[in-house]
Amino acid sequence: MSQNTNNYYLPAPSLWPLIASIALFLMAGGFAMQINDIASGHYVLLAGILVFVYLLYGWFKEVIKESIAGFYNKQVDTSFRWGMSWFIFSEVMFFAGFFGALFYIRTFALEWMSKSTLVWPNFVATWPTSGPAATEALEAMGPWGLPAINTLILLVSGATLTYAHWGLMKDNRKQTIIGLVLTIALGAIFLYLQAHEYAEAAFTMDSGIYGSTFYLFTGFHGLHVAMGTVMLAIILFRITKGHFSSHNHFGFEAVAWYWHFVDVVWLFLFVFVYWL
Amino acid sequence: MSTTTATHHDDHGHPTGIMRWVASTNHKDIGTLYLWFSFFMFLFAGALALGIRAELFQPGLQFVEPENFNRLTTLHGLIMIFGAIMPAFVGFANWMIPLMIGTSDLAFPRLNNMSFWLMVPAAILLLGSIFVPGGTIAGGWTMYPPLSVQNPSMSVDMSILALHILGVSSIVGSINIITTILNMRAPGMTLMKMPLFVWTWLITAFLLIASMPVLAGALTMLLTDRHFGTSFFDAAGGGDPVLFQHVFWFFGHPEVYIMILPAFGLISTIIPTFARKPLFGYASMVYATAAIALLSFVVWAHHMFTTGMPVAGQLFFMYSTMLISIPTGVKVFNWVATMWRGSMTFETPMLFSIAVVFLFTIGGFSGLVLAILPVDIQLQDTYYVVAHFHYVLFSGAAMSIMGAVYYWLPKWTGHMYNETLGKWHFWLTTIAFNITFFPMHFTGLAGMPRRIPDYALQFAEFNMISSIGAFALGISQLLFLYVVIKCIKGGPKAAANPWEGAEGLEWTVPSPAPFHTFETPPTVK
Repeated sequence: MSQNTNNYYLPAPSLWPLIASIALFLMAGGFAMQINDIASGHYVLLAGILVFVYLLYGWFKEVIKESIAGFYNKQVDTSFRWGMSWFIFSEVMFFAGFFGALFYIRTFALEWMSKSTLVWPNFVATWPTSGPAATEALEAMGPWGLPAINTLILLVSGATLTYAHWGLMKDNRKQTIIGLVLTIALGAIFLYLQAHEYAEAAFTMDSGIYGSTFYLFTGFHGLHVAMGTVMLAIILFRITKGHFSSHNHFGFEAVAWYWHFVDVVWLFLFVFVYWL
Repeated sequence: MSTTTATHHDDHGHPTGIMRWVASTNHKDIGTLYLWFSFFMFLFAGALALGIRAELFQPGLQFVEPENFNRLTTLHGLIMIFGAIMPAFVGFANWMIPLMIGTSDLAFPRLNNMSFWLMVPAAILLLGSIFVPGGTIAGGWTMYPPLSVQNPSMSVDMSILALHILGVSSIVGSINIITTILNMRAPGMTLMKMPLFVWTWLITAFLLIASMPVLAGALTMLLTDRHFGTSFFDAAGGGDPVLFQHVFWFFGHPEVYIMILPAFGLISTIIPTFARKPLFGYASMVYATAAIALLSFVVWAHHMFTTGMPVAGQLFFMYSTMLISIPTGVKVFNWVATMWRGSMTFETPMLFSIAVVFLFTIGGFSGLVLAILPVDIQLQDTYYVVAHFHYVLFSGAAMSIMGAVYYWLPKWTGHMYNETLGKWHFWLTTIAFNITFFPMHFTGLAGMPRRIPDYALQFAEFNMISSIGAFALGISQLLFLYVVIKCIKGGPKAAANPWEGAEGLEWTVPSPAPFHTFETPPTVK
């Protein structure tokens, strides 16, 4: 295939979109079956996850191959930058919805419920709370301790990632690899500590609104950290394979942006879920 | 190996058979897929509506159990919104945006195809939920808790997951569209030279990316409340059912603008063509669209005036909602001003567009009436609301889509559609539509609630009229289907530009548009 780097690359017909649909169908169907206690649910869900992993592997592999073959000119690179930026924006809005919900509950809903004389007349609004129907006292997750350490971990990981990036830009592969390895290690440690924290916590998802918000928000965040860590590992792998150049490494940058986004979400979580 | 001077293709020629559609990376084919998908969903959801209107033809319960009636209304809403209107506009975006900005395809052609094919599992999940025990959600398309949390049927979970998948489809598609518009315009086409339809889609895509994730959040909280013991919407645990309404409508209000802004773009395309005059006030149309989009984020609680929120909150949302009528009014005035002293002809697309301007304005007025807090306290959840949103969604969005289909059928198929039949479709639709929905203003004002299968006797006459109109409306759409299929199969040959007054890059390519167009971008002056 001849390449003219002034042309915007248009891919050949591809079955990946269909495979994506099959993967999501199996995952959704399996999940629906699973949570409704239908026996074969987890097989369907597992099948969906496997197809999904296959999809991600295959499609990204194809894109990476096209990139290495030099098909992507500057305009395509710009498209990728726009695409990743808007994707991260959509993720920001996903978390923003959750923070909005937390704000509404704490500022309005609990206030009004404590003022009510008809429904739960003895309820006094405090935070954290498991709600008026709670039977036992709630022992919340304090910010100082593991959460603070995790904050430090993520902040440092942002620095190590930047260190890696500078290495890449200077063509110093060793620096890049060290930086990435450190970042991935910090990400893994973060996840381990979060899991530990979950196991040790005195409350569960059933523990009223506090438990609900705590686990859902930190849980989704943890999921994003996990995805980010995997992505970083893939980038590390590509670096060892000799991919990227000092002036052309959008894959690295995209994952770096994502990692920094995950870090910022954590800061908001730390302030509004753990601390205040 | 064929390379062209401006786009580089993998050598794939023109694929045939089922692979052409399943593995497509072509914006025209994907646009066609979306349009046909939406047409069939429109007919299916329309049939559900006929089920509703059959039951409401007379007081009493004749045809369906109340639970099934609720299922009809819920599915009708969900499918019309997510299966008919939104995909139709995406179909237009796919077909027309690259042609209008002079580029060969969207920025991410494979992702584009994925956005379409994700609709299929979503549709299977949503429609499949009809057949599971406890079959199909019945709590309204808005799925408020506690009802949606208490319903043990798997159909609720299937519907939630279907909406999640649709959300992914929309977000990915919107990223694609924004990137295309920002990055791939032909040289010389500055933002303020873009056709207005492209502007409306740029802004709509932004609304989608910002609002659909919030819906995802609401749906996830619903799912965890249902199955994982959380208390987001359960007061006993410290949550609040009204929280769902807030999060949902924070998505839901931008959603309705997502469903109307592309329609505005279509009308802004068609009217100048048949008035043979440029669009009046292009810049103000752009700013008005942007203003509507921004304001759409701060009006959501006007869907919640009766939930017991403090007066200060109600007042804020009342004022912001009334404010949004101003940029909307600017657009209506500009369409009228475009026609002023124009050389007008009244082919089918123009008939639809003029009807849209007039009827959408009526819908806008009823929306303004509803915005007024003390009035809304009376009219919330009555048929007045049903009248309002059908005026804006059917005679606003759906009729714009119909007009635009007639407008671009020559470009897509290479044939002129049958103008006489098109006009019949228009008149039957418009008259039947008004017979169906205008009386609902009165039944609503008289106090008839929404979402009820049986009603008090004083509402009987108007309901009978609405039902008659509805059946006429439904059957008229079969004529539309006939006209479209007939045009695809053949007809008088269409020129590259069959409309004398049409401007825009899409009219510079042959009809039917070749599989690949603008592989070399044109230079725009």
